[in-house]
Amino acid sequence: MQPFLFDRAGSVAEALRAVSDATVIAGGTNLVDYMRLGVVSPKRVVDINGLNRETAALGRITLDHQGLRLGALVRMAEAEDHPGIRAHYPVLADSLALAASRQIRTMASLGGNLLQRTRCEYFREASWPCNKRRPGSGCAALDGLNRQHAVLGTSDACIATYPGDMAQALLVLDAQVELTGPGGVRLMPVAKVHRQPGATPYLETTLAPDELITALVVPASPWSWRSRYVKVRDRRSFAFALASAAVALDLEGDRVKQARIALGGVATVPWRAEAAEVALVGKPLDQTTARAAAVAAFAGARTRAHNAFKVPLGQEVLVQALLQAGALQPPPPTTRNGVTHA
Amino acid sequence: MGAPVARIDGRLKVTGQARYPADTPLHNLAHGVMVTSTIARGRIRSLDTTAAASVPGVLLVLTRDQAQGQLTAPKFGTGGSTSIQPLNEERIWHDGQTVAIVVAETPEVAREAADLVAITYDHDTPSAGFDASGVEIVDGAGASPMYPEDPKAGDFDTAFKAAPVVLDATYNTAAQHHNPMELFSTTAEWNDGQLTVYEPSQFVAGWRAQLAKQLDMDAANIRVVSEYIGGAFGSKGPMTPRTAAVALAAKLVKRPVRCVCARAQGYTTATFRAETRQRIRMGAGRDGKIRAFSHEGWELTSRPDDYVVGGTETTARLYAYGAVHTKVQLVKADRNTPGYMRSPPETPYVFGLECAMDEMAEKLGLDPVEFRRVNDTQADPVSGKRYTSRSLMRCYDEAAAAFGWQRRLDAGVWKTGAMREGDWLVGLGCATAVYPTQVAPCAARVRLTADGKALLQTSAHEIGTGVRTVAAQTAAQALGLSVEDVTVEMGDSALPAGPVAGGSVSTASVCSAVLKACGAIRDKLYRAATVNSGPPATPESFTLRDGMAVLDSGRSAPLSALLQKLGTTQLEEYAEFAPEGSAPGAVEQLRQGNPGIMGGAKGPVLMYAFGAEFVEVRVHARTGEIRVPRMVGAFAAGRIMNPRTARSQLMGGMIWGLGAALHEMTEIDPRHARTVNRDLQDYLLPVNADVEGVEVILVPETDTEVNPAGVKGLGELGNVGTSSAIASAIYHATGRRLRDIPMRLDTLLQLQQT
Repeated sequence: MQPFLFDRAGSVAEALRAVSDATVIAGGTNLVDYMRLGVVSPKRVVDINGLNRETAALGRITLDHQGLRLGALVRMAEAEDHPGIRAHYPVLADSLALAASRQIRTMASLGGNLLQRTRCEYFREASWPCNKRRPGSGCAALDGLNRQHAVLGTSDACIATYPGDMAQALLVLDAQVELTGPGGVRLMPVAKVHRQPGATPYLETTLAPDELITALVVPASPWSWRSRYVKVRDRRSFAFALASAAVALDLEGDRVKQARIALGGVATVPWRAEAAEVALVGKPLDQTTARAAAVAAFAGARTRAHNAFKVPLGQEVLVQALLQAGALQPPPPTTRNGVTHA
Repeated sequence: MGAPVARIDGRLKVTGQARYPADTPLHNLAHGVMVTSTIARGRIRSLDTTAAASVPGVLLVLTRDQAQGQLTAPKFGTGGSTSIQPLNEERIWHDGQTVAIVVAETPEVAREAADLVAITYDHDTPSAGFDASGVEIVDGAGASPMYPEDPKAGDFDTAFKAAPVVLDATYNTAAQHHNPMELFSTTAEWNDGQLTVYEPSQFVAGWRAQLAKQLDMDAANIRVVSEYIGGAFGSKGPMTPRTAAVALAAKLVKRPVRCVCARAQGYTTATFRAETRQRIRMGAGRDGKIRAFSHEGWELTSRPDDYVVGGTETTARLYAYGAVHTKVQLVKADRNTPGYMRSPPETPYVFGLECAMDEMAEKLGLDPVEFRRVNDTQADPVSGKRYTSRSLMRCYDEAAAAFGWQRRLDAGVWKTGAMREGDWLVGLGCATAVYPTQVAPCAARVRLTADGKALLQTSAHEIGTGVRTVAAQTAAQALGLSVEDVTVEMGDSALPAGPVAGGSVSTASVCSAVLKACGAIRDKLYRAATVNSGPPATPESFTLRDGMAVLDSGRSAPLSALLQKLGTTQLEEYAEFAPEGSAPGAVEQLRQGNPGIMGGAKGPVLMYAFGAEFVEVRVHARTGEIRVPRMVGAFAAGRIMNPRTARSQLMGGMIWGLGAALHEMTEIDPRHARTVNRDLQDYLLPVNADVEGVEVILVPETDTEVNPAGVKGLGELGNVGTSSAIASAIYHATGRRLRDIPMRLDTLLQLQQT
């Protein structure tokens, strides 16, 4: 770890002035680890944890008939515990509860979680070549130990997996990020936040360098309660996904009117599986259609020496998520219309 | 059986009051950080410390240039983890080899400067493991004094050819690293030519002797202190070269220096359990009797050191085989030298054997429990020597009953996939646990004071097993005191020499020495009690209890009165215990660093502890996820000094076995021979959610031959066989034979695809 300047931002405006030449720290669960490992060595770190004193919305969960608004400094555990989120957006609550450990979730902010960086072992040890960490140095994972690595959205420069869980849930809920920059506030779909590696794996997001995530905005939908997150990993807790699937379904009788599907643990970015969605629309939801959708989801998979298992595993995980979501019952009417929670 | 006394240091540990070596407060302490190599094989071409040395607060960058000539290379195999002192080396022998130690005012400055040490290398292509080109293969027999020869009996080839039912299978076990909660660390302090080292150690007496040689000084001027240890299991047994190097750094900067290894550095600067490959051939008659058994093992080791575990020493004697053939070979690659990890020989080799037993039972159509019964023996098939006691089948019977093994028999013993529950395939399996009963020389001092309290001192080590508590119980019982009245001091080379905390010798050895010292105190009290009072009605009626000496029903005296009679306020006895058959001077040898471990298969009789483990697994039919909802183990290990700590040891062992079966594996990049998963995120250990029901049954067993305490060490018994039991249950659930550990869902998925 190298020395760095440490500041606390007292206001969003102050944070915005700092953000273009500093690294922002909130929960620190990802950044501090990577600073210790020498993966990143920021010259300046700005702590934004105090911002919710000035701008309360940054630390607040709001749930009403329009939807859900999660301040960027809300901790994962706070959102996970929220009864309204559990009732109306179960895929989101599931994805949070299955992430990391409770200790980490108590520290980690939602804004930071969305941007968490890959756990690729070759990325995390600074002496390996890595196109993401040291552009142009090569990729040690392509022909290395790549059991954890992605099969979707890869390139010849990088096959590192996006490790998070929540982002997949946000994708199927059509969520947006609220970005605050010098020019004001804008909304951007979560689906547009992450960039596939292509030839430039070091460019991970589309966020402008002088912007700050200030909130996650999830629109209300009549069927967001019919949503599920299934995650399979090497042990039953405290591990990243080998494969995961987030689904949200709009059913009319037993037919699929609309489907949203996102895959985790198998792709370089939070992966929206549109082909699988198309395959389901208009069909009854059953083993056969779910399996056909799962096959469509992985049609473009490119496997390496040690990660071919992720295709059948990812397919099975998706089938489980679809069938479990199909079997969900709506929440009781008394809690159907959201209430505002501080 | 002894009383289930709670650990006397439990509260200290959970409230943070127990002081681990790196917690020792020292005045004017400087901090060291190691710089380690990023290649596995080659030479250091250049090492530039200019930038590192110019960081304000840096006191020293200790490299080969500064160390030259001041550190004698360790000797491998006598308590030294390797024969390499890396600070003497220009050559890189393995990934993560120490190339410098940066010493600074604070750990932060040292870490910053360590990152600035600029090293260039001349690379050679390394050999990473078994399947790499360039490895060297040597015979295990004779490579180490621990493994003089491959056990053999009869004519295997002929017996195997003639056997009507045969098996020939290959098994693999993965490399595993220790990851103790307490990081590896060394703190060294000099005072007027006297060196004190605070470091987590399983052998302070041996380390003092090692340090004397490596630093070329008199052992009398060295003290090694290791009062509490946060996870050892062999990783803190042999001394690594860091200890002497940090002592040298402290000497050079003329201040105490503390060096705490980063988690990742623990993978390459400490020892590990190396991977093994095993081939087992077995031939049996239709009656189920094994007539021929061959166990060949390949073990990975380093280029400079021939570390051998040789688990064939145990597997060759486990059943009544008929002809026995074994052979161990070492595969030397560009890796750091492996070392001990909880039951080093038995864990891998019994995995292979017990998997083979399960496969053979199926070929014979026998209940796997009955197959073991048919081949149970009370004598060694290799030497004919008898076991002092062997309660293997009693363990099987008790565990089978508690587990409900009948369910599998009712379902048709070899009908796989028969116990499905929804998407989950249920399977039941079992395997044998075995560990040699060993004992070592030990010295102890016991002081009884007039206030009815006792102090017990030995340099033996509380590595988390509960031996401090058991030693206090032993002294309390012998002197008629309560456990709370006994203070135990351990883990300091200034105390009477205790054994290495290895080979599960501690309880047997320490208690034997404590009993001897207490016996001498009791004799003095007896003489004092009988002066002017006459002898007791019978010699046995003289007892010490509740702080009193009782001659017989009518006559008793407080201890203080007896001490007064003796004209003293305290009685102190120093005792040396040496196992039967030890060479003369065994305790003096212990002080010289020679552990002197006896027992197992080495003596005129065989001493082993046994157990049987049963597990239930659930395998998801399509994802291949493996879960273990239930484990039941029954163990017979002689006298149980404290059922509470014994149960914890065995339960922890079974959980360890579960981790070995399903999770643990060190991943070595085959191109670069470098460890890739070097932290607790990527190196998987079971978490609480993975561990559901674990039941431990203690099967009563009396064995007065093994040692005066009647104790069979059980610290390393519980994790042996567990992974075979799980493999056996997975087969029962799925019909898939997995012969390599860890067994992960991808293997099952791949099998499904083919």
